[in-house]
Formats: sequence, C-alpha cells, structure tokens
Amino acid sequence: MKTFWHTLTRPWRNLPETLRRRLTWAVSLTAILVYPLLDKALRLQTLNSVTDAMVFVVLALGLNIVVGYAGLLDLGYAAFFAIGAYAAGILTSPLHDLEWNFWLAIWICAAVASLFGIILGAPTLRLRGDYLAIVTLGFGEIVPIAIRNLDDISIPFLGVHNFNLTNGVKGLNPVGRPQLPGFAFSFDPLPWFYLILLISAFAIFASRRLENSRVGRSWMAMREDETAANCMGVDPIRTKLLAFALGASFSGLAGAFYAAKLQAIFPELFKFQVSIMILCMVILGGMGNIRGVVFGGLLITFFDRVILAQSTQMVRALGNMLNLSSLATIDLSLWRWFFFGLTLIVVMVLRPEGLFPSKARQAELHGVEIEEPVNSQQ
Amino acid sequence: MTGTEVLIQQTLNGLTIGSYLALIALGYTMVYGIIELINFAHGDVFMWGFLISLSLLQVMGKTGTLTGWELIWVLLLVIPATMLVTGLMNLAIDRIAYKPLRRASRLAPLITAVGMSFVLENLAANWKGPSQIRFPEIFPTINIMRDVFHQDTLLLFTTKDIFLIGFTVPLMIALVLFIQRTKMGRAMRAVAQDREAAAAMGVDIERVIMTTFFIGGALAGAAGAVVGIYLNSGRYLMGFDAGLKAFTSAVLGGIGNVAGAVLGGYLIGFLSAFSDQYLSSEWTRATVFAILILVLVFKPQGLLGEKPPEKY
Repeated sequence: MKTFWHTLTRPWRNLPETLRRRLTWAVSLTAILVYPLLDKALRLQTLNSVTDAMVFVVLALGLNIVVGYAGLLDLGYAAFFAIGAYAAGILTSPLHDLEWNFWLAIWICAAVASLFGIILGAPTLRLRGDYLAIVTLGFGEIVPIAIRNLDDISIPFLGVHNFNLTNGVKGLNPVGRPQLPGFAFSFDPLPWFYLILLISAFAIFASRRLENSRVGRSWMAMREDETAANCMGVDPIRTKLLAFALGASFSGLAGAFYAAKLQAIFPELFKFQVSIMILCMVILGGMGNIRGVVFGGLLITFFDRVILAQSTQMVRALGNMLNLSSLATIDLSLWRWFFFGLTLIVVMVLRPEGLFPSKARQAELHGVEIEEPVNSQQ
Repeated sequence: MTGTEVLIQQTLNGLTIGSYLALIALGYTMVYGIIELINFAHGDVFMWGFLISLSLLQVMGKTGTLTGWELIWVLLLVIPATMLVTGLMNLAIDRIAYKPLRRASRLAPLITAVGMSFVLENLAANWKGPSQIRFPEIFPTINIMRDVFHQDTLLLFTTKDIFLIGFTVPLMIALVLFIQRTKMGRAMRAVAQDREAAAAMGVDIERVIMTTFFIGGALAGAAGAVVGIYLNSGRYLMGFDAGLKAFTSAVLGGIGNVAGAVLGGYLIGFLSAFSDQYLSSEWTRATVFAILILVLVFKPQGLLGEKPPEKY
C-alpha cells in the first residue's frame, strides 16, 4: 500500500521544493476563493457556518498569542470578544445616534479591545499560572455582567442620569453593516465570507510575523522560564501587556465583524462557554502553532455547529435504517454539550499534545527520545 | 426591618453561604495542592450531591417534614450515603479524565475537566430538566427568634440555619483533624509539599491522590445535600455558580491552603450576602471577582498563601 502511494506521487515529489510549495499555495488559494461560488452553485448551504467558523478562527489566533506564544493562561477571552462586538455596536447602532462607518469602526474596535487588554492584563502581572487563570476567568464573568447592567448608569456628581450605554439584556440591534459599492452586506453570506477571509489572512500574517519577531521570541522566552528571560533582558511587564493587547486586538476585529454580521448582539452571546471553546481550539490545535490553531478552530466549530447540530438527524436516520423506533424519534439537541464535553475528554486523553504539536512536546508525552534541542517552531 | 436587623440578617446569611462555600472550596484547594489542577468538575459534583440526596429521599418516600427520631435517622442515612456516592464520583472523574494526563502539560487536564463539567451538567439537565428542582422540606423550620425567644422581629433565624452551620462546621473541623493528626493526612501534606520527596519517603502517591479526590468529593456531596435541605431548591447550573464562587474562595485564601479555603469561603459568603443586600444581586458575581482581583494585586499568593520561594 505504501509503495503504491509512493509510486503514484513520484512525479509530484520529483518537482523542486519551491515549485511544489508554490503550486500548493496556488491550488489552496484558488480553492478558498472559489469555494463560496461552488457552495452557491451546489446549494450546499455551508457558507454561513464556515463564515462563523472563521470568526472563531480569528479569535483562536488572538488567544493563541496570549496562551500559545506568551504562555498566559487566559480563561476569559470572551470578554475581549464582547468588548469588540459592543464597541462596534455602540459606534454603529442607532442607540447613541453615532452610526459611524463600519470600516472606520472596526479599527476603533480593535484599538478599544487592545486598550482593555492592557487594562485587564495589568492586575495579572504579578500572578503566576493558575492565579492568572482565575483572574482572567473573573474578567470573563465581569464583562458580560457589566454589559448587562450598564443600561441605567447614574453618576450624580458628573451630571449623568439614567444613561443607557449597552441596552442591557435587550442587546444592541441593529448593528451597522459595512457599505461597499457593488457588494450587498446583508443576509447573503458571500460578501461576509470574503471579508472574514481578508481578516483571517491578516490575522494569520500578523501572527506569523509576530512569532518570528523579537516580541515573539521574548514571549516564548517568558513562557518557558520567566526568571531566565528577565535576566536576559526581557521586560516581563511590557511583554505580558503586549501579549494581552495584541491578542485582544484580534478579538476586537472579530467582534466587530461578528456584531455586524449578526446584526444583533446581547450579553448572552459572550458567556464562559465561549471562552472555553476558544481555549479548546487553541489547545486542541496545538498551542503556538498557527496551522494547528486554524485547523482546531475550524474543526471544533464544524463539530459543534454541523455534526452536533445534525446529530439528531443522523441518529434518526440510523434509527430508521435499523428500524429502531427509539433511535428514530430521538432528540439529541439537548445532549449537544454532553457530546461536546465527552469529545473533549476523549480527544485530550488520547492526544494531549493537540493535533499539530511541536515535535518536542509530542516526544515528551509519548516517551520518545529526541536529540535535537527544544524548538518552538515547527 | 431596621438597619441593624438587616445587617445582622446579612451577617447570618453570610455565615450560612460561607459554610457551604467553604466545604466546596476545600475540595478545590486539596486537589490543587496535590496535583496542581483546577478541578472544574468539582462544582458539578456538589450539584450531583444535591440530586443524589434528592433521589434518595424520593426513593425512601420521605417528602414531608420529619421530626424527632425519624428526622435523625433519615439524615444519618441520606447524607453519608450521598457523601459516599459523590466521593466515588469524584474518584471516577479523576480516573477517567485526569489520571491518564498526569504527565501531560498543565492545560490538558484543564480541558478534560471542562469537558467533564459539561458532561455532568448536561446529564443533570437532561434528567431533571433545566428549571428549578424542588427539594422536599424535610427539616422543620422553626423561627427561633419568633417562636422560641418570642421577639417581635423580622429577623429570620431558623432551625435550618442551626442545622446548616451545625453540620458543616464539624465536618470542616473533622477534615482539619484528619489532615493534621492521621498518617494519611500527613502523607497528603507531604505530597502537596514535594511530590518526589514524599515518594522517596515511601508514600504511595496514587493512593494519596485517590484519597484526596474521594474526600473532596464527599465534602462537596455533603454540601449539596445540606444546601438541598436548607434551600429546598436547586438547578443543574447550581454547581457552576457555586463552583465559581467556591473556587474564588479557595484562590482568595491561597490555593492549596486548607485554612485559606475556609477563610476564603466565609469571606466570599459575607461578600455575597452584603453585595446582594446593599448593592444588587446582579452585580454580586462581578463584585466577588473584583474583590478577588484587588486582593491578588496586593497579595498574589492569596491571603494565607505562601510566597513561592524566589528562584534567584
């Protein structure tokens, strides 16, 4: 079997490395660009889910900076997502009579999210490991609560009375849409797909460049051993705050996009489960690894939105096939989180290093001897 | 109620909330001390303690208020039975989700813990539904202030309060005695301090871990049963809410520190009660976390935590 495959792929493997790489690139790029048109033509109706999945990929890439590169365990990343989305909502919805242009607002959201990254990261500077985790978890809880309750702010000595910032549980609706002549950003997912593709490409590019920069290296040094890194001239405060700020900026972009696409945002969208899902994408994909994180993001969203959502249909079909009425009438929609949790357990137990781990970590966990020095890049 | 009465009432509420939070927090802190893992599923074990004690009572047919000897033997049967089951449950959770990952990175068991939490919550939601679940009123509610001391006051101090505090505090004391005075307790402290050295001294690490999980689970189950008897109501998400508060308590007190967990539990209990009364219950969770963050900024190891030795 192996030799058969070997001979079949010989012409491919005989090509020079650079040509192979370029061809792969070209084919993948074309596939991604053509996919939505195919989806339309074949009526697959997967475009919407894929677009949503890519929002989470951008979020996962942002968290990857914080958790994967800098090693700061962040359990409340959804807070930044919420801040990005609500910043977009506040700037572009009719509630405050601002209704700014989306293309301007999205950058402001990224900046606002970064600012909050610094604000929320500042108290964590002296905390190690799990204390950091619980504080970020706390922020992940505080932000939605704050959003829910900031619909009636009264600060007497500033002359502020009953100021409605976030519209509380009712949420912000409608959120401003991007305007681009020739493209209708409405219910058709096509232009949204290309937009998020652009954002993701930017996120991936930014992550790659950050990974191979001085900042990236100082993050990884700090992740491996903060004291040693400090001795080598890495300023832990600046490095940590940068990690939080840059990581949060991605979520600002993703949040703005999500708000605009969804048209209505409310605090319930940014619960703890969302933070954990994004964290799972990063860890499952293999932390610090861009390809892994993207794949992990797509996989988990796909699993959650497609497989679990369709599980009822699938099991019912199976039941009909096997003539088992108990299966044919089952309703699995209530078991969605059960299966998600079960899958998390199974996958992590079987492959704790994630899908695309670094060689060193894989060896560590599966007890194989390696001679090469520990290298965080693939 | 007058201002003073409100204050006393909330202090009392703080005491009761703090008591069961401390019990749950103890489980978190012990497990963390031993294997440096945040057992996310621990809060849900508390919730299952509630459900199991509820089921036991239903099976026994005891759904009305009980008195006298009947009350005593029912409690003596149901609560320890619940503790046994939840202890075993916590043990099973360790076996399935954490043990295979002992050698993995710190984050892998965190994910399985979260997964386990989802599984437990969802099982409960599918079994008992997503809305409030009623727990039978088996404990007689006698308003002490009104009926015993004959005071004309709205202050609510009942036999249930006495039961809750009177049950949980001895449990905590028993745990402390266990850890301080017994051989297994010494082994637990040794493993928490330095695992390799303890192993070198002949301590069976796995057995210690199993015992820790069992005891933690039993305490959480006791808390669940007690909360059921006290509040007569619960929900499949009660574990998540209480777990979050309890975990915060453990961290506040210094995670890994048993006294810290108890202290943290009561502090958070008082904080919740006063926040509910003087601020607004919607902001309570945010307030609890805000206080935690403030404390950690000034004392990063928690109130009673030990400063990690400088590596310089």
